[in-house]
Parts: sequence; structure tokens; C-alpha cells
Amino acid sequence: MHTLSLNELAAGLKARKFSSRELTQHYLTRIAERDGALNSYVTVTPEIALAQADAADARLARGEAGALTGIPLAQKDIFCTEGVRTACGSKMLDKFIAPYDATIVKKLHAEAGMPLLGKLNMDEFAMGSSNETSFYGPVKNPWDLGRVPGGSSGGSVACVAAGLAPVATATDTGGSIRQPAAFTNLTGIKPTYGRVSRYGMIAFASSLDQAGVVARSAEDAALVLQAMSGFDPLDSTSLERPVDDLVAGLGASIKGLKIGLPKEYFADGMSAAVRAGVESAIAQLKTLGVEFREISLPNAPLSVPTYYVVAPAEASSNLARFDGVRYGHRSVEARNLEELYKKSRGEGFGAEVQRRIMIGTYVLSHGYYDAYYLQAQKVRKLIYEDFKRAYTEVDLILAPSTTDVAFPFGDKSDDPVAMYLNDIYTIAANLAGIPAMSLPCGFSEGLPVGFQLMGNYFDEGRLLNVAHQFQLATDFHRATPKGF
Amino acid sequence: MSSIPAGWEAVIGLEVHCQLLTKTKIFSGASTTYGAEPNTQADAVTLGLPGVLPVLNREAVTMAVKFGLSVDAKIAETCVFARKHYFYPDLPKGYQISQYELPIVEQGHLDIEVDGVAKRIGITRAHLEEDAGKSLHDAFPGFTGIDLNRAGTPLIEIVSEPDIRNSAEAVAYLKKLHQLVVALGVCDGNMQEGSFRCDANVSVRKPGAPFGTRTETKNINSFRYVQQAIDYEIERQIEVIEAGGKINQETRLFNPDTGETRAMRSKENANDYRYFPDPDLLPVVVTAADQERIRASMPELPAAKKARFESQYGLSAYDANLLTSESALADYYETVVKVSGAEAKTCANWVTGDLLAALNKSGKAIEDSPISATQLAGLVARIADKTISGKIAKDVFEAMLAGEGDADAIIKAKGLVQITDEGAIAAAIDAIIAGNPQQVADYRGGKDKLFGFFVGQAMKATQGKANPEALNRILKEKLAG
Repeated sequence: MHTLSLNELAAGLKARKFSSRELTQHYLTRIAERDGALNSYVTVTPEIALAQADAADARLARGEAGALTGIPLAQKDIFCTEGVRTACGSKMLDKFIAPYDATIVKKLHAEAGMPLLGKLNMDEFAMGSSNETSFYGPVKNPWDLGRVPGGSSGGSVACVAAGLAPVATATDTGGSIRQPAAFTNLTGIKPTYGRVSRYGMIAFASSLDQAGVVARSAEDAALVLQAMSGFDPLDSTSLERPVDDLVAGLGASIKGLKIGLPKEYFADGMSAAVRAGVESAIAQLKTLGVEFREISLPNAPLSVPTYYVVAPAEASSNLARFDGVRYGHRSVEARNLEELYKKSRGEGFGAEVQRRIMIGTYVLSHGYYDAYYLQAQKVRKLIYEDFKRAYTEVDLILAPSTTDVAFPFGDKSDDPVAMYLNDIYTIAANLAGIPAMSLPCGFSEGLPVGFQLMGNYFDEGRLLNVAHQFQLATDFHRATPKGF
Repeated sequence: MSSIPAGWEAVIGLEVHCQLLTKTKIFSGASTTYGAEPNTQADAVTLGLPGVLPVLNREAVTMAVKFGLSVDAKIAETCVFARKHYFYPDLPKGYQISQYELPIVEQGHLDIEVDGVAKRIGITRAHLEEDAGKSLHDAFPGFTGIDLNRAGTPLIEIVSEPDIRNSAEAVAYLKKLHQLVVALGVCDGNMQEGSFRCDANVSVRKPGAPFGTRTETKNINSFRYVQQAIDYEIERQIEVIEAGGKINQETRLFNPDTGETRAMRSKENANDYRYFPDPDLLPVVVTAADQERIRASMPELPAAKKARFESQYGLSAYDANLLTSESALADYYETVVKVSGAEAKTCANWVTGDLLAALNKSGKAIEDSPISATQLAGLVARIADKTISGKIAKDVFEAMLAGEGDADAIIKAKGLVQITDEGAIAAAIDAIIAGNPQQVADYRGGKDKLFGFFVGQAMKATQGKANPEALNRILKEKLAG
């Protein structure tokens, strides 16, 4: 069952080949048997999953089921789930039981009827590109247990790649959906900023954070993204604009579609394996009638430094609420108020989170704000204008997702800058707020290679359709890791 | 109020925090009602739980715009919320959502008067922000309690120019501002509950010299305390400088028990607030059309109302000022005039005289007056149509105050209708003249003072109901023989 697509699962449920309870139990059993090797779940929620499965079965019996009713899903542990620990990969929230549901949690479980399998491991507060910063230990890549699954949505990709969930939510602030999807042979999409509500998603960098999905195909991703998307009055940055029918859009021909290849992304920097994979993807798309042309995004090389000012600045502010006063870790050592703050935060946050809080505090400080934060915002505007101009010439942009395949544990964990450069191809989409996705295009020595598609604002439908057409013509995405 | 020594000048600027009267908080749907059980009005957003987001309450924007329009300020077409960072246990998010570079209101002014001298005080800006919660240091031994009911209540912080020169001007400005925000209906003005509180920036200098170093005294919550704190600060600073010392730029606290201020933290230890635009909130747009719609919904302001009372009702500046000091009082007065149909001046006398005296005596606000405006109008109408005399009216007023009912009912029950039948009055006078021959002879012999005796006797005989004017006239005629 765990190799079926979401549409196949839905058909099986509707035809009573299996019940949602049986399907959910199947995944719970797989998690119990196999996740020890991966560490992708930090909390498994069998009681909730089975209760929701029973409710889904009742809906199916009444003929009131939607496209996803009864299909289980796992949530990145960054989304608040009422009554369930929501730790965000941090000791700070190790004992935090969320008293409310995130908007997407309501949409996917209460409304769409997807049983919640559990909460997924991640880099602490989504800060990391390897899942090595999690308080709950690193997640292992099911394609090679000695390698990272990518981050920050490491748990999300590992569990879906290994068949421990049919599909999972994820979030992407600088590439946290696309890079791990590329490392694990998955299809991951980060929609337009504002398309999916951020309410109940623990903030890392508010102007960059966007929720999305990791799945085993573009079609699966479209189904779940459709259910997550839409205006939310609880999120002021959410878009008051109707959502296209992403699933209905999957049949359209892509003949004559114009895709741009930004020369800045194809200069030095990517490994031979990635270059070969991306070039084969371009060749494949050409056979489907896509026209390619070189474009320029001249400010793209400034993405990483811009991001590493904006994101830590917002993070330093967003994480100020974790003070040990109302919830979260409170040091037992503190003897006065100042110590309560220093020790609770010092003990509760890991090294990478502390590093980013320090950077963010610095760039917002009096006398440095203009030189760093304000300057970064200006560059951000230029990056946004680059994309706007590019989309007057082309429909989509194609680029690598990562510089290389998944790297071994410890490879970059002592060198923050090397780690940060991992996001070099993905960050610009967050700075501009455009939708972007990664999908599989080959293997190098048994390790997956992905490529990236970036779309114009609100153009998730076209992105997903191009990916779907590519996947109809290829079967990289059908490959599964040995042993799972 | 102490005077400033010759050769010195004080420079004062005030920052007023004014809680807006919205039903719900500025960024969430939690109620703003004062005095609830601790933390019962703190929803997920107020608590600053992980993952929550602010959503702006547009009513707070409307109220800030009303204030801005009332002080002739510029209303920003686009204003921006910024985060102001500091750690304190009653600040749930580790930052306060405020406005920094682009506030909603800029460049207004308020005209005050001290000892008959008018002065214009500039208003630099007014910005929207959320209030913090409260720390309760006495509730739990060894611990500080946190009550977040107040957290997230909308405030406007109104910053004056350093145009104020002494505590009398400061108090006049504050009172005017207080009257204005209450009249606008944007603030309840309750200073004890902290709805309207003031920070005073004070420095001293030799006249003509550059500004001296200023101190900021925080959270002063009464007009008298503001006066005391400023007077104390001026005197202290002059003393320090005259003794060869220097003023530290610092934040100070006022102690109402001693009337003194003391240093709280110096500038070196001041927070770096690390302001930056809040990425969770979009810029707020107030269009010209919005402004006009809001302007049209504004009540008449105290200054305009005072001018109207003088011209429309022919009142003195004093009466007009008094009657427009509170909008409820002004409304009361206008109801009395309208319902009674009596002379506006007579109505003013009753309201500013007997009524306010009675309210003062019982410590009641005009809103809680035991005599409604319609009831008082009923009384004034009976004087105007000569049903009762002004003197009898005082008795009726007392009866109304005691809750004995409307004027007409009291007049009827007590048989107080004025005797205007001149025949009846003349008959009563005849009887008195006949019964007091000695006094009549004395009067006619030149003892004019005895006239009062006859008036008294005649009033007594008519139980005070005789029309005084007719009684005087007839008595004079009859005594003249």
C-alpha cells in the first residue's frame, strides 16, 4: 500500500479495498518497525491517527469523502497541533503541548479528513540544511544512512521517501523543502508567499517562511497543496485571491512553453553529478516541446548574503518570545530575572539557533541597521525586480536545486558558511516570494539528483503541471530506497 | 505650584499613553474590558504563543485618525507597524508592536490657556501601539505574578513638542488633551486605571541657551502628580547644576508618597530597541476618502462647542467653558434648553448652579445625576410659565433630588402652584394691613425697612405661593395708602 499514489490510495479507499483504519495502521506499523533507523518522527500519534481514520471511514461510508479523506499524513513539527507536543526541533519546546491547531492542521485533518500519523523531526526552529541541528538528533537519509536528508524538513522527506507516510507537510524559508526533496528523490513545492496560511506555523523568518508539501509525485503534491492553500483571516500576509484548481491543471500540454535558464545559476558551483542531471532534465523537457532560452538574474549572487541578514534579523525577533516565562524551557538555575532569560535561552537553544540570534541582533542594532538590514532590503528589492523582468520573457525558470547530492554527516556541520552556501540556488525564490519546486531527475552513484523549477507569482498550477508532464515521461520519481 | 527661579527656564515635552476604547485588542479578538480575573482576557495571540500572528483591529486605526484630525495633524496615507524589542515578563513576545519611522499621526497642535494667556503646544506625532501586561509583585510571596489581560490593548502615544515651560502649562495641556480624547469617544480617560498616563521629559537651561540634558519621568497617572513631578524635577535639576553638577540623561520614577522622583536607569543602560518593520503586518493605508468618512463621524469638539454655546445661547465665556468641559454635561444642558423652551441663560443658571452643586455634594458624575435633563427641564418650564416662583422652584428641586418625582407631580401634590390672581393677593394684603396697624403707621412714617416684614407676612399667608412681582406691586400700592 505504501507504494501507491494518493489517487490510487483514494480509489482503494472508495472501492473499500482497504479502510482508512487499515491504511493508517499499515503506516503506524511501518513507522514502529523502521523509523528507528531514520529518526524521522519525533512524536507518533497512533490514537489520534486511528480516531481520525475511523472518522474518515465513516465519511467514506456516507459518501462524503473528499480527494484526500482517509489518507494519512505526517506534519513537520513546526505546525501547532492541539494537545500534541509541538517542539520545533528544540529543547526549548520539548515539553510544549500546543493549545491550538495551526490553520493548515485544521484544513488537512479536520476538513480534508487526513489522519495525523505524527510530528516530524527537523532542524531546530528550521535553522539548518542537514537536520543535524535538531535537539532530537539527526534524521538519516533513507538512500544512504550515512548521509544527511537535507534540512530543515529532514523528517518530512525521510519518512515519505521511506514509505513511512504517504505525504508530509514541510516548510521552506531558504530552501528547506526543495533541498531535502532533491536529496531524497522527492517532489517538493514551496508555493507563492502568502498562498498557505502561516497561522500556527512557528515563525523562523516571517517574510520568507512558507509552508508546502513533500510528496512522491507532482500529482500527489498538487492534491495536498490544494487542500492547504487559501486565504486565512488570521494571517495578515495571506493572499485574498482564489486558488486555482491545481489538480485539474495537470493535463495541459506544455508544448511551446518558454523556460529560462539563468546564466548565473549555471556558472561554476554545481557538481558534475548535478550538472548531468539538470542537463538531462532540460533535454527531456525539450522532447516535450519546451523552448529554452538563457536569461540573466544579475543580482542572484547576492541572495545568500542578503538572506543571511534578513532571515537572522527576523529570527532574532521571532525567537524573543521564548523567554522561559509563559511556556517552554525555564532554567532551574536562575536566581533573578536576568538569569532567568540568559540561562533559559542559553540552555533551551542550540548552537546554530544562538548563532543566528546573535547575527540577527547585531544587524538590527543601533548604528548597524542601515548598513545591514536596510541595505539587505534594498538588494532584496533588486532580486525581486530581476524575477519580475525575467517573467516578462519566459514562463518558468529552471535551475539546479542543490550544488551536489546529499553529503555525509559531519561534512559541513563545523563550517557554517559552507552549510549556508548549500542554499545558494534556493534562497532567491524566498527573497522574491515566488513559487518554486524541486523534482527528481536522476541518480549519481545511487544518490538522488533533483532540479528546480521556479514560477511567477501564483503560478503553482503551471509549475506542478510541467513537473507532472516530466514525470509522465520519466520514472526517476518512482524509485524507492533499498530496505524501505 | 512653585515658580521657576529667575535666570532659569524649563523645557518640557510630554508623552501621553492613551488607551483606545475598542471592544477588542489591537491585534486579536480578545476583550479589552478592565478588571477581569487575571489572564482571562489573554487569548493565544495575547499570550504570544508560538505560531500566532497579529491581525490589525481597524477600529483602533479609526480612533487614531479621529484624534489626529481633532488636533489638525497630518494623517499618514501609509503608516507602518514596527517591532520594539526588550525583555520583560509582562511583554509576551519579547517585543512590542508599535510604530517608529512612519507613525499614523504627525504635526498637530493643541491650544491651551494659562491665567488667561493662550499658547499653542505642538504635537510631534501620535502612533499606535499595543499595551503591555502587568507585573504583580505583591500577590505571591517570592514570586512575581503576570496578568496579561491588558497586554494588546490599543494605545496611542501622543508626543508633544518641547513647547511647555512650566508645570501649569503641562497640566493645562494634559487636561485639554484629556477632555479632547474623552469627547472624541476614543478613550475613557480613567487615569487611575491607567487609561490615560503621562511621561514627562524635563530639562532646564538659561533662557536662550541650547537645550539642557533631559530626564524622563515615567507613568505619572494624575494631573496633580504631573505637576508635582515636574516641579520637583525642575528644582532638582537647577540645584544640581548650580552646585556644579551635571544632569544625567536617565529615566526616573515618581513617588506619589514623597512627591519626589528617583533615577531608574541611565542612558548607558538603556535598551537598544532594534526597531524594524513588523513582517507579520502589512502597511496600513488610510485614504483621503477614509479620512473624510471618519471626519464625518466625529462628534463636535470641545473648542467648537464652547464657541457655539456662546453664540447660540448667549452664554458668558465662563458658563460656556464650564458647560462644555464634559460632553455629557453639554448634552444635559442642551436637553434642558430644548425640552423646557425656557431662556438659555436661566437653564445655564440651574445647571451650573443648583445641579452641579448638588452633584458635587453627593460626589456624583453628570451621567449619574438623580435628576434627569428632562426632569430639570420640566422644572425650569414651570418657572418660565410662572406656574411657580423661582423661590418655590428651589423647594421643588430639593424634592426632585430626594426622588419625589417630576416637577409637575411635586407642585401638584404640595399645592405649590403660584397665586397670580391679584384679587386673592390683594385680599391677603388687606388682611395683613388690617391686622398690623402699628407697623403700617411706622412704615408710612418713614420706616421703609418694614417693607420686608409685610412681604414676609404676605408670603406666609399665601404659603409662599404668591407671585412675587404682583405681591410687591400691590403691597406698595396699598401701603402707600
